[in-house]
Order: sequence, then structure tokens, then C-alpha cells
Amino acid sequence: MSLNIIVCAKQVMDPETPMSAFNVDEAAKRVVPAQGIPPVVNGFCENAVEAALKVKEGVGEATITVISVGNDFVMDVMKKPLSMGADQMILVQDPATENLDALGTATVLSKAIEKIGQADIVICGQQASDWDNAHVPMGISEMLGMACLSEARSIDIGEGTVTVASSRSDGYEVFEAATPCLITVNNEIGEPRYPTLRGIMQASRKTPETWTLADLGLSDSDVAPALTLTELFVPVNDRQCEIIEGEDEADSGRLLALKLREEKII
Amino acid sequence: MSEILIFAEIEEGDLHSTAGELIAAGRKISDDTGDSVSVAIIGGNQDLGSKAIALGADKAYIANDNAISEGVADSYLAALHKICLEVEPNVVLSSKTPIGRAVGPRLAYRLGTGIAQDCMDVSADSGSGRVTATRPVYGGNAMAKFTFAEKNPQVIIMRLKAFESAEPDSGRSGDVVELNISLDESDIKTKLVETVKQESEGVRLEDASVIIGMGRGLGGPEPFSQLEDLAKVFNGAVGASRAVCDAGWLDHSYQIGLTGKTVTPDVYITVGISGASQHMAGCSSSKNIVAINKDGDANIFKEASFGVVGDWEKVLPAFTETARELLDS
Ligand SMILES: Cc1cc2nc3c(=O)[nH]c(=O)nc-3n(C[C@H](O)[C@H](O)[C@H](O)COP(=O)(O)OP(=O)(O)OC[C@H]3O[C@@H](n4cnc5c(N)ncnc54)[C@H](O)[C@@H]3O)c2cc1C
Ligand SMILES: Nc1ncnc2c1ncn2[C@@H]1O[C@H](COP(=O)(O)O)[C@@H](O)[C@H]1O
Repeated sequence: MSLNIIVCAKQVMDPETPMSAFNVDEAAKRVVPAQGIPPVVNGFCENAVEAALKVKEGVGEATITVISVGNDFVMDVMKKPLSMGADQMILVQDPATENLDALGTATVLSKAIEKIGQADIVICGQQASDWDNAHVPMGISEMLGMACLSEARSIDIGEGTVTVASSRSDGYEVFEAATPCLITVNNEIGEPRYPTLRGIMQASRKTPETWTLADLGLSDSDVAPALTLTELFVPVNDRQCEIIEGEDEADSGRLLALKLREEKII
Repeated sequence: MSEILIFAEIEEGDLHSTAGELIAAGRKISDDTGDSVSVAIIGGNQDLGSKAIALGADKAYIANDNAISEGVADSYLAALHKICLEVEPNVVLSSKTPIGRAVGPRLAYRLGTGIAQDCMDVSADSGSGRVTATRPVYGGNAMAKFTFAEKNPQVIIMRLKAFESAEPDSGRSGDVVELNISLDESDIKTKLVETVKQESEGVRLEDASVIIGMGRGLGGPEPFSQLEDLAKVFNGAVGASRAVCDAGWLDHSYQIGLTGKTVTPDVYITVGISGASQHMAGCSSSKNIVAINKDGDANIFKEASFGVVGDWEKVLPAFTETARELLDS
């Protein structure tokens, strides 16, 4: 059995960017990229690559194709899935992707998946840490008429079936579907592996294929947004913290309890 | 006049606690647009319809079909899709529960309309009926407001506890309507094989009025018992940051935050937590936040109302002991 696995991965601003370096241009309604902090492959997308590699190890034979839609790709960053062990990569790179909302992104990704053809499993991250939409993958599954198994923390492949355990706040639920299907995964699937030296060498020899929207037969009207961003701002925080200081740290702890009691908080 | 349709979930035979929250959000939109508030109860009975009316709905649709498989998003999606085609609502409100956050977006994509996830607030333009949804983005570092293009329904997924449910008023009147839907078996593409619940001992995190938060600053799993001791003083519960769960010190069911649980205790006492926006996303509605952290510049001190800058190993035992004395006396 050779599986065709597609992984959707997005380049995002590093979510570990310190809050002091996080700036919004309110007029342009954009987040200003922090100086000197390179973008990253979205964390849950790295988990998706890891999940695909585990599936491949399990079934023996599989091709992993990574797709990303965007404009300003930083190649050193985007090649990480290849150096982790993915087989090939397709970048849908087009200035028009700057203005895509989730509906448009899902449209482009599903067209690209159709163009690649014969996908058995599509694996996505649960959510992207820029707009935190957590629904682009569901758009893809709807557009491609695939079953959708979301928030997986493990994936098991059977004969033409997929079984996943979906994370729940108090445990998990096991779901089963026939292939082809779409799966979203989260951090509970396990840490993304570090690229090996060999992986990095192999990745450096691979050139991602690039497609434009026109290559996918899409025009502007096919990707018209369903949502309009009207305001983007950093919420004001005028909370004042009263720091309790005693003679030493233990005393501070004692005084903190007394203070909370005095304020009727405890 | 059109309708605001609420996807009300059922839990253990009763309306899910989020139903009332969604009805409250629906009423707020209704105040702006004059649209009526309807509730879709899939796999439920007339009795639940009356309960929804008492919580503030104008109308309840009860939809049943043999193909509905409990706990499988596909079923609710297919049913809700049929209801939407019949009712043609202006707005659909769903909740960020496991089922709600799977059904809402897929409904929007199936209908080719817009969807806003994890919303904290909603309002609407009285003339156009267009909703503005306010939601955190970039892990909670920023807030965004979105409006929807012309096509209906505008699908909105509300963050848990963003709105408060009204007290039930049995004097309210409204129609409870049975809808005939018949689902296509091929709509149900997934099967629920097993549900595994990790029983938590003591008070549930979501219900606790006092929560002790465990952060990476504790250095390992061992200090958990000390936090538990403190939690016991208040009959509270222990929660944790994602860093603690990812490290395997605690199970992910303890995780508070954007991708964990949303909690709203009276007091949230964090120990060794830096206060990253993604963590605060799950606890910023706590009435009081208290911080113990050795780094005075940590973001948690911008969120807390009281705090100690210091090493938890020295601060916590004295804090626990004093708190115990105070509460025992
Ligand atoms: C998409 C996405 C989703 C996420 N979802 C979540 C989520 O749901 N929940 C969540 O929590 N995080 C989430 N995160 C991760 C989040 O960004 C932070 O990495 C995480 O919250 C950090 O956990 P922490 O505060 O325990 O650890 P750290 O940030 O490492 O902070 C440890 C703190 O402990 C203090 N400390 C160290 N030693 C001591 C000592 N001896 N005494 C006292 N203090 C000490 C340090 O000063 C520091 O402030 C998410 C991230 C992403 C990208
Ligand atoms: N521009 C994109 N390119 C590739 N994959 C994407 C893109 N946007 C979203 N995705 C996929 O959808 C998942 C969830 O993203 P979102 O719905 O935007 O939060 C991501 O983890 C990716 O797997």
C-alpha cells in the first residue's frame, strides 16, 4: 500500500515574539513583523508534518507532499518540513494571496490538492497562530467532500480506513472514517522531530515547485473574501498589580495571604 | 424579519450550559436588528424546546432522525444544514465546544458563507443586519473586528462564557416546532468508536472557584503535590500551562488557555507562569489573578492584581500555611 499524504503548512510570525515587540499598524490593519525575528512554520503544522512522517513509518510506503499558500516565503524557514523528511513541497505563491481570508485560502488549498490528485489523507494543523481561525482545514474537507477528523492526538491507518483519537478537555474520543479524509492535529501528537544533518542536506537539494493562482485556474472572483477586517488593535491593559514585599520571600508569601484575606479575595 | 438561529447542544439529556450563553448573544444581535431568536435542538424533545424559550428564545425547532448519531459532528452538521435551507436564517450561532467548533465552520463552508471563530462579542447594524464579531487573534495579542459579506447566514462561534445565560423565566412564551428532516446516510462519514474520560479527582477545573496554576517555573512534576495542598485549602483545583503539559508533568486535561480550558474562577493563583497571551486567553476573565514569579518583568504581573516577585520554593509554603490558618479560623 502506498499512501499519498498531503500536509498543509503555513508560514507565520513567531508566536513566541515577546509582547513588547508585538506591534499593530491600526490604520493598515496589519501586524508589523518584529525586527530581526524570522517567521516560523506554524507549530501545529510542524505537528502535522510529524504526524505524516509517523504514518509513513507505519505503512512503509508513502509520499508526503507539503503545500503552502502565501507570498513572502522565507525559503530557509519553509524548507523545514523537507529537512524533517517530507518528500516534496509546493508553494502557491502569488501577490493575490496577501488578501485571502479563510474561505479564499481553503479554496486555493483544495484546488492545489485536486491538482496534485489522488490524495489519500490530508493532514493539517489544528489552527494557525496568526489569525487563530481553526477552520481552513474544514473548508478543504467540505470543498473536496472528504470526511473531517479534527483535533487528533494520534492516527492509526487501516485498510482504507483511518482511526484517530481526538483530544477532549477530559480525555479523548476515537473516530473512524474511510479514506480519502482530512485530519487536523495538535501538539498532543508529539514533538516535531529535529531535522537530521542528512535531512538538511537532502532538503537543500530540493527546490519547491511554485504555482500561481492562475496555474490553479483561479481568478480574483473565485477567492473573494467572506469576511472583512474592520479593526485591528492591541487591547489596552490598565490593570495595576500590587506587589507585596516582606522582609524576605517567605514573609512576602505570608503577607500575600493576609492581603488577599483583607481584600476578601480568599 | 429574519431569524437568528442558535445551535443548542444537548448534554446528558438536558440543554448544554452553552445554550443559554448563545441565546443571550442572540438576544444582543436581536436588540440591534429586530430579528427573532430561534433555537435548533437536534436529537432533542419538546421539553428542551420549552427550556430554550424560558432562557430567552422566541422559537425552538426540534429535529430528529434515525441517522443522527450522538457525538458525531457530521450528524448535527447535516441536520443543521437542512434546517438552514428551510429557515434561511440571517445569523447562525454556535459555541466553541468540540461539536460546535466542528459543526459551525463546516456549515459555513457548505453554504459558502463567512464564519468567525472564538468570538467574545457581537453587535449588528440595524439597517443592513450585518454583524460585527469581535475576536482575539495572534494568540490574544490583538483584537480584531470582522464584518460579513452579503451572503447569509453569518456563522459565528462564541467563546465559552463570553456571554452570561439569563435566568430561566417559565412565564415566557414561544413556539416549539417539530421539523421533519431526513438525513442522507452518506452525510455521516465518521463513526464514534469510543469515548475515554479521564476522571479528575475532586473539583472540576471548569467549576472551581479557586484555581492554582502550575507553570514551567516549577521545574518538574514534583511540586504538583504542594499546589494540590494549596488547592485543598480553598476546595479548589489545580490547572497548568501548556509548557507543563507538553513536558509531560501533567496530563493535557489540566491545560488552561487558548487551546486548553477556559476558566473563570473567583481567584486564579499562578505559580511560575509567565503569562503568555495564549495562556491568558483561557483565564483572563478570572475575577482576580494573583502571581508568584521570580521575574518582576514577567507579563503575568501586567495581568495580576496582586503578586509576589520571588522564588516559589520560598514564597509558596509560607503562603499556603498562612492561607490555611486564615481559612481555618
Ligand atoms: C497556537 C498556540 C497555542 C497555545 N496554547 C496555549 C494554551 O492553551 N495554554 C498555555 O498555557 N500555553 C499555550 N501556548 C504556549 C504559550 O505561548 C507559552 O509558551 C506557555 O504558556 C508558557 O508556559 P509557562 O508560563 O509555564 O512557561 P514559561 O513561559 O517558560 O514561564 C515560566 C515562568 O516561571 C518563572 N520562574 C522560573 N523559575 C521560577 C522560580 N523558581 N520561582 C518562581 N518563578 C519562576 C519564570 O520567570 C517564567 O516567567 C500556545 C502557543 C501557541 C503558539
Ligand atoms: N496559507 C496556508 N497554507 C497552507 N496551509 C494553511 C494555510 N492556512 C491554513 N492552513 C492549514 O490550516 C490549518 C489551520 O489554519 P487556520 O484555519 O488558518 O487556523 C493550518 O495549521 C494549516 O495546516
